[in-house]
Parts: sequence; C-alpha cells; structure tokens
Amino acid sequence: MAFRKLCLGALTAALAGAASLPLPAIAQETIYVPLFTYRTGPFAGSGIPVANGKHDYLMMLNERDGGIGGVKLVIEECETGYDTKKGVECYEAVKSKGPVMINPWSTGITLQLIPKAGVDKIPILSMAYGLSAAADGNVFPWVFYPPATYWDGASVFLKHVAATEGGFDKLKGKTIGLIHLDAPYGKEPIPFLETQAKEHGFNLKLYPVAAQDMQNQSSIWLNIRRDRPDWLYIQGWGAMNPTAVKEAARTGFPMDRLVGVWFAGGEDDARAGGAGAKGYKSLNWHAVGADFPALQDIIKHVVDKGKSQTPKDKVGENYYNRGVYNAMLIAEGIRNAQKITGKKVVNGEDVRRGLESLNIDEARLKELGLAGFAAPVKVTCSDHSGHHAIYIQQWDGTKWVRASDWIEPMRDKVRPMLEAAAKDYAEKNTGWPKRTEPCDKSS
Amino acid sequence: MFYREAGQYKTSYAADMAVFPLREDRIGLAVIILAAYALAFTRNDFLLQAVMIPFLIFSLAAIGLNLLTGYAGLLSLGTGGFMGVGAYACYKLMTAFPEVNVLVWILLSGFFSAAVGVLFGLPSLRIKGFYLAVATLAAQFFLQWAFNRIPWLYNYNLSGAIEAPLRTLFGVPIIGPTATAEVRYLVVLTLVIGLTWVASNLVHGRIGREWMAIRDMDIAAELMGIKLFQTKLLAFAVSSYYCGVAGAMLVFLWYGGAEYTVFDINQSFFILFMVIIGGLGSLIGSFFGAALIFIMPIGLGIALPALLGPFGINVGAEVIEQLRFMIVGALIIFFLIVEPHGLARLWQIAKQKLRVWPFPY
Repeated sequence: MAFRKLCLGALTAALAGAASLPLPAIAQETIYVPLFTYRTGPFAGSGIPVANGKHDYLMMLNERDGGIGGVKLVIEECETGYDTKKGVECYEAVKSKGPVMINPWSTGITLQLIPKAGVDKIPILSMAYGLSAAADGNVFPWVFYPPATYWDGASVFLKHVAATEGGFDKLKGKTIGLIHLDAPYGKEPIPFLETQAKEHGFNLKLYPVAAQDMQNQSSIWLNIRRDRPDWLYIQGWGAMNPTAVKEAARTGFPMDRLVGVWFAGGEDDARAGGAGAKGYKSLNWHAVGADFPALQDIIKHVVDKGKSQTPKDKVGENYYNRGVYNAMLIAEGIRNAQKITGKKVVNGEDVRRGLESLNIDEARLKELGLAGFAAPVKVTCSDHSGHHAIYIQQWDGTKWVRASDWIEPMRDKVRPMLEAAAKDYAEKNTGWPKRTEPCDKSS
Repeated sequence: MFYREAGQYKTSYAADMAVFPLREDRIGLAVIILAAYALAFTRNDFLLQAVMIPFLIFSLAAIGLNLLTGYAGLLSLGTGGFMGVGAYACYKLMTAFPEVNVLVWILLSGFFSAAVGVLFGLPSLRIKGFYLAVATLAAQFFLQWAFNRIPWLYNYNLSGAIEAPLRTLFGVPIIGPTATAEVRYLVVLTLVIGLTWVASNLVHGRIGREWMAIRDMDIAAELMGIKLFQTKLLAFAVSSYYCGVAGAMLVFLWYGGAEYTVFDINQSFFILFMVIIGGLGSLIGSFFGAALIFIMPIGLGIALPALLGPFGINVGAEVIEQLRFMIVGALIIFFLIVEPHGLARLWQIAKQKLRVWPFPY
C-alpha cells in the first residue's frame, strides 16, 4: 500500500515537474528552420524519405559551407504524423523560436496555417501541395506554391492523355477516372477536371478512398472494373498508393493508362505491384537518382559521417530527391533574402521577400550542383507558383525512367480558375487582409 | 490540519446540500478560477494556444460525454460526430447571419447537435450497453460521411474545409486569424466555466438524480415513476449539446478551420478515454482525464529531450513520438490498475486523507 502510494506520488510529481521544464534556448547567430515531418503513422512510408531528403540537404549545407551565407542553420524536426491537430501543435511550438518559414507537408495542415501566416509573419512554403488558389500572390502574399499546383498536374495528365489518344477531340465520350484520397488533398484536382470534362466531353468518374480504407480498396476497384475507365489518375498519398497500384495490377488494369500525381510516384508505391506494375506512370518535376554533385556531397558530408538516418542506397530515390528539392527551395529562399536585405540573420519577413523574388535559373542550378536535376524555377509577386513544366516518368519494373519531355501545364486554363478561387476564398473569409507587402524586383 | 470541517456549522438545509460544503473547497475553487484567468496575462502563446485552449475544450466535450455515459449510463461512440454537428451548424449560422454575434451562434449550435443526438438516441430505450454503442457508432459514421459528402455544409468550399472568418466581440476579434490567443483563451475559459456550472447544477438536481437512478437500475427507476424514454433522450440532448458547443469551440476558437477528418472515430475514442480515465460520473474527472490524455503527451514531448539530453542521448522527433505513445499507454494502464474508478476517485481519496492529516488514527 505504502509502495503504491509512493509510486503514484512520485509519478505525479515527476509529470508535474517535467511539464514545467523550460524550452531550450537557441543561440543568436543562427537561422531557425523547423521541418514538419512524419516518420510515424499511416503516411510514414512517404514521409520518411521526404524528411530524410530535407534534413540531409540542409545538414550538408551546414557541414560543407557552414550554413547559408556563413550563418548556421538550426534544423529541428517536429513530428506531425500527417495529423492536422499535431501539425497545429507543432506550429505553436516552433512559432516562438522565430522560424523563417514553415513547410507543413500536409494539405490539411497548410489549410489551417494559411490564415495565420500573414498575422505571425511566417511564410509558408507548400511545395506542390496545399490550396491551389494560394498560388495567387496578390491574395496570398505569405503562401508559396512552387513549382506547380495540383491543377497544373491534372492539366498535364490530360495533355498526356490527349497526346496518347491523338488529340483533345478524341477525348469525347471517353471515361477518365480519378481515384483520390477522400480529404482536401485528394479533392484538389476535382474542380479543374470537372471543367475540362465539360469542355472536352469526357466522363469524369470519381473514386474516393477514405483514409481508414487506404489499405482496403477492393470494393473501389470492383467499381472501377464495372465502369471500365479508359484512363485513371491517382491523387493518393501514403499507404493508399501502393495499394492502388497493387489492386490495378491484380485486376488487370492497363498499367500505362494509370497515371499518378507526383505524390503517387514513390519507388515503394510502384514496387508494391510487383512485376504487374511495369508501365505505371507518374508525374514528376525533378530527376531521380544520385548522380548529381550536390547529392554526392550529401553522401560525403552527411550520410557517410553517420549524421543522417538515410541508408546510403536510398539516397536518390524519388521522394528523397523531392525532399532535397524542397530543401533547395528553402535554402535559396534564405540566400535570396540575405541578398536583398543585406542582413546575415534573416527573419520570416525577409524570407518572404526572398521567396517572392526567387529565380533559380540553369546557371544557378549548376552552381548548386544540381544541373539537370530540375527545370528552372521562377516566382513573382503575383504568381507564387510559376506553373512550371512537368514530365511523365514510367516504372520499368525496377526503377523510374523518364517517359516524356517537359510538358507545359495549361496555364491559360489554370490561371483564371485559380484567380477566381482566390477571390472567392478572400470573399468567404470576411476581413481577409488586402495585400500591403511591397513587391521586390526579381533577382 | 488545514483542510478540515471542524468549526464549520451548517445552519440551513441549503448550506448542508451545497455542492462545496467546505469553506476550503470554495476558496480553492476561487483560487483556481482566478489563476486560470491570470494565465491569460502570461502572454505565453504556446501555453495558451497549444495547451490551455484545447485542454478546456476537450474538458467540455468530456463533460458532455460524462453526462451521458457517466451519469445516465448510456455508452456512446458518437461524440466526434456530435461535436462535428455543432461545428458545422455554427459555421452555417455564422456565415448565413454574420450580423449576429458569434457567441450566440456557438451557444445555439449546440441545439442542432442536441436534436441530432436525440434522433440517434432513440434506440436507447430498447438497447443498452455495447448494443447502444454500436447504434451511436452508426451516428458517428453517418455524420462523418455527411460532413464530407454534403458540400452545402461547407458552403461549397473548394478545399472541403470550414474556415473561421473574422468575428468580433465589443470590437475585439475573437475568431479568425487576427484573434490573439489571450482573447480566445478568455472566451473559452468563460464559456467552459459557465457551462460547467450549469452541468454541475444539472447533475446535483432532480434531472441528475433521475439519470443516476436509471444508470444504477433502470427497472427500479421506472417503478419509482421516472419516465425512462424522456429522461434518456434528455440525457442524449444535454450531452450532445455540450459536445456540439465543444465542437464549435474546437474549430473556431482553437483550430481556426477544420476538415471532416477532425470529427472522426478517433475523436470519439479520445473523448471516451478522457471520461474513463478521469472518472465516470464526475465533473472534475472530466478535467483530470482531459489533462492526462491531452496535456501529458505534450509535456512528455518537451520533457523527454530535456531529460535525455544531459546523458548525451540525442533522439529524433519520431523516437520522441513513439516514446510518447508508449509512455502514455503504459500510464493509462498503470492508473487504471491502481485506481479503476479513475483519477476523480484518486482525488477524492487524497482529499479524504488530507482531512485527517497528519494524525490519521
């Protein structure tokens, strides 16, 4: 009895004490870059390589160059588990430490943070995910959406379909299916595909997959078999993708007519389908593989020194490289901010300006050791995405190979829709602030 | 020594039946409430925004479920759904009638939730226990489906999410991105204290006694003249009202926006765990449960790196996350073994011991 009470008392005291410990302070001459990651939970399969890529590239800058512009980066991960609740908790936890930007890596979390960004003066870099309308910099000065939006992705998919079928006029009467995660992320391309379906006369069939059914899609694929869509576009993430590819292989869906968005293009997503997955396509905007000087530097300075959680053979995989690409945008945004302001230690407001005048051309990519890794990226004050070109990659059974040239998205279709959506968002959220931030000239 | 009733004489029936018969209890409660209000002036955004606001909101939801499960003995797994009804109802009302003060809508949205709760509570007259839990589970799944599939509920928003527009009280923004954590905390605290006071009066009065009679033995309660049907439905209505208000507060005073996944089955379990760990049939237990289930993982997330750091163990964010799960799970089992009636019972024992301290014999 006495022991039990002692235990209980000690435990309560320990918990109370633990909760009151102060947060560790951060030294002055650093730039604080929090990374929202998810190495746990049902989306960890996609989240781990992305987290590794982001962490390793920034770590490499610290090890090789001593940070950016001579200022060390403080890299801190916050585990969100792809859970919006935890993401908001992470945001509040890092907010007081002066982050220069937030990379939520979840459309759900991004949606929550968009209204806060302008108030807290912390820019959001949602790289090819998030609210499509946020690409309108005049309405969303604090949100960045390079290099392309989900609507751009869907338009490239349609262009690819049209090219294969022999022109947009051949789409009439065809059935195009969208198998998507039943969450804001999965639903993003629907409005664009719906307007296109009206314009070109194809049937759009939606196959929503609820988050709890991600690994149990057999009933959905029964419907797909019944509807016999000519093409199928996957807007999935985490465990949903390998399951979809596996089911497609099992039900004998023609693999070269199954196209995933860029977040349905992991090696593990395709591998799940075994030999039957050969021919599966997905969108992408950066290279796969480690044959780039920057990635070799990561291996040399970070991975070989044991400062990373990445197994060496996973460096250069698709999602890892996506993390690297994201980290490259972070680093370039900070560097650009230093250049514009002349300050070494920049804050969120400076980095917002840095991101807004981002212009990474071929020469700069070469300097970074990433020549041929991705297409140049340019962001302007009104266009926070750039709507850059995308290519299609195809799974050859063991690795991704490039299967198309750069395809420009339908900018003329996407942009007006997007601006209308941005206006709509600002109207629905009464009191949405007008843009007051001045515009810097592109560097 | 300090906490005893010696010398406190009761001279009226009202004083004898008071919720807090001891003067020390009343002083303690006043101190706690004052301290809670004082917290708003610490200007610690993390404490207010990430800890206190959600803690209070979850406590309110736990009180809601406790009225149903703890007091009336009706097991429900639909809490998440009922919270969602409150949130979506509030969203529709505040966007349709922006001129009415939003606090009115937050308090009124609970009635929509209550109506839905009554509807799904109808089977409760015929089924009990696990069977009722399954019936409420149906509510949970149906409501979640509705939040996702009926675009009218989220005003045909492209993202499928509901967002908090700017709303003010006496000219100060209380909802929306420009509302500061302090203001929102004060609003949440006031609402939670007010609603807890109402709940306390309910459970100590005739209605609460009827609920408890039904919980303890429904046939006997019926023989004593309690109308089972009305009383059970009333329990569902009041419980859902609390959950609905908590849901509306969750979205508009904490998150600032939400999608339907916020109100999934996990949310229902989350609240149910709070009620079970905190103590069934106890209002203060709802607060204890919310603290243990919600605040403890956050505390661990801060404390673990600080505790392991000095030993040269630098662990990543994901290891901390896994440790959090393991430790919280272990603690839940530990507390339930040591005190199966929840933390509220532990609190009662502690108070009892304190009364005779330091001479227990």
